[in-house]
Amino acid sequence: MKKSTQYRLLQGNEAAAEGALAAGVRFFAGYPITPSTEIAEILSVRLPELGGKFIQMEDEIGSIAAVIGASIGGVKATATSGPGFSLMQENLGYACLTEVPLVIVNVMRGGPSTGLPTSPSQGDVMQARWGTHGDHPIIVLSPASVAETFHYMVKAVNFSEKYRNPVIMLMDEVIGHMRARVSLPPWSMVETVNRIIPNMPPEWYVPYERTSMGVPPMASFGSGYRYHVTGLVHDEQGFPTGKSSEARDNIMGIFKKIERGFREVCLVDYHRMEDAEHAIVAYGCMVLSAMSAIEELRDDGIKVGLIKLGTLWPFPRFALEHYLPQLKTILVPELNMGQIYREVVRVDMGRAAVEKINKINGELITPDEIIKAVRGLAR
Amino acid sequence: MISNAELVKKYCRHNKKFPHIWCPGCGNGIILSGLLRAVDGLGLRKDEIAFVSGIGCSSRAPVYVDFNTLHTTHGRALAFATGLKLAKPELTVIVATGDGDATAIGGNHLIHACRRNIDMTTIIFNNYIYGMTGGQYSPTTPHGAHGSTCRAGNIENPFNISALVEAAGASFVARTTSYHVMQLQDLIKKAIRHRGFAVVEVITHCPTLYGRLNKAGGAPEMLKWQREVAVPKNKAAKMSPEELEGRIVTGVLVEKELPEYCDLYDEIIRQAREKAGRGGENE
Repeated sequence: MKKSTQYRLLQGNEAAAEGALAAGVRFFAGYPITPSTEIAEILSVRLPELGGKFIQMEDEIGSIAAVIGASIGGVKATATSGPGFSLMQENLGYACLTEVPLVIVNVMRGGPSTGLPTSPSQGDVMQARWGTHGDHPIIVLSPASVAETFHYMVKAVNFSEKYRNPVIMLMDEVIGHMRARVSLPPWSMVETVNRIIPNMPPEWYVPYERTSMGVPPMASFGSGYRYHVTGLVHDEQGFPTGKSSEARDNIMGIFKKIERGFREVCLVDYHRMEDAEHAIVAYGCMVLSAMSAIEELRDDGIKVGLIKLGTLWPFPRFALEHYLPQLKTILVPELNMGQIYREVVRVDMGRAAVEKINKINGELITPDEIIKAVRGLAR
Repeated sequence: MISNAELVKKYCRHNKKFPHIWCPGCGNGIILSGLLRAVDGLGLRKDEIAFVSGIGCSSRAPVYVDFNTLHTTHGRALAFATGLKLAKPELTVIVATGDGDATAIGGNHLIHACRRNIDMTTIIFNNYIYGMTGGQYSPTTPHGAHGSTCRAGNIENPFNISALVEAAGASFVARTTSYHVMQLQDLIKKAIRHRGFAVVEVITHCPTLYGRLNKAGGAPEMLKWQREVAVPKNKAAKMSPEELEGRIVTGVLVEKELPEYCDLYDEIIRQAREKAGRGGENE
């Protein structure tokens, strides 16, 4: 990559790989899986050029485990999955509790099970939120274009480092495999965030003592700060505890740090919402259908706009709440049975009429279908 | 040789985590002490050691010692250790795992770690049973032996861990028992020194569960049994298969020089950088 802005024809998956590299990711572990394999293939070439490392593990369980190990070793790390996301759930919970930064790219495909391997889907939205056992916070981003994939990937790595929490890049097959001409900024223009590392002498280091930001500084293994990391609920020293007060502090601590960063991690965009009476709430590839539907509906004089969710979890409820007083109806098109729809209903609390369009057969929801639905609602 | 008191003072997190969770008579402490004596004998610095484990009684070992310690999920220790070693090749990575952790839920990670030959040492505490959950049969429980989930006797056949890891490609394999404490520390030393993936299988005893369920006696009787069944490799070479029936062959079983993964990857990096011209221009 050159020093100036560069225009390239990129696939969504390539943009994710380039974004990871620009954000400083230097370790990748993965397992071949459609539709995210390109990310692994690209990084297997690009990482060693930058002195980084790539490893193909025996399964996705091992992939995320290796990524956690590398991150504890002080290297920014990422892994990919499609349906293998199911296998990653165990250690995803481990990373949440031990507060190890990492990014997982899940390019969703039709499910359940082996499902529709080469067809798009948005079926993993709830799994991304609640897939691992136990209460835990999570950050989930969902890009809606190739260019956005690059920028969101950088943000995903930055959020994971800043909050010491796993971040899921929840892409769909359309965005992953779409090609577009995108401008990539030179790396010197890419804002990157690194985890806070301890600056006190090792004997004063309390591994899980939170700073005022709510995030404990993280020493990498081998840096002179010897400490214990465990998936058991632990005290500030990092040692297992069964004490209820310490258990509460541990779990509440991981929630609070994300609550504190709520506004920052919630990426939302609005399109033609100023005077909108009807809103489409969309994310991922559904944004493309929604955008084109809105142009046509506006030509017909229907006041419709788009609330585009870049972050799915934590759910950016304020984005809806802000516009609810002016809205008559909300339409939620999704390639699942209505996973974000339920969140919209929850936040709406009966104020606007909320409707959904769903497809789970591997086909997209077309602009025409959205136009028809909005016309029906606006009538 | 370093005394017990000195060993504890030098390496244990004595102010934090004791008493430990192991039952009276458990063999795990003997193995941990063997490891610490090996580390001391090799003169390794505490900062350069990463001690990784999975889940189970044996996997509680890291919490007690003052290294960089990583207590992971069930069966996954080797996969975590793989990522850690690649990120920080200068670390001496040691993995503690049990028979259930390493060969049941973690069996896949174990064979692939053997095949990759990444420089680390895996100590498998083999007590033939799941101790922490109450004595269920494991992949190494002998045929006919009893566990809390095989009251009538185990109808499955056990893994021979050392043979398994040898077949999977481990470049160093050794076996001993918790009775043979001098051999134990010597083998762990050799395993750590070995450049490549090294496995030390340690036959140990669980008097609380395996001992009771199989009427094998308490810790002293079980230790005596280990002494009786152990046969050094040289002696075993002269024995017939019938004579070796029910015996445990000890010593260094495999030791070969194979290219190590991190070394090979460094070469990949060198070539990639050369090919990419100045490489890392944007770093």
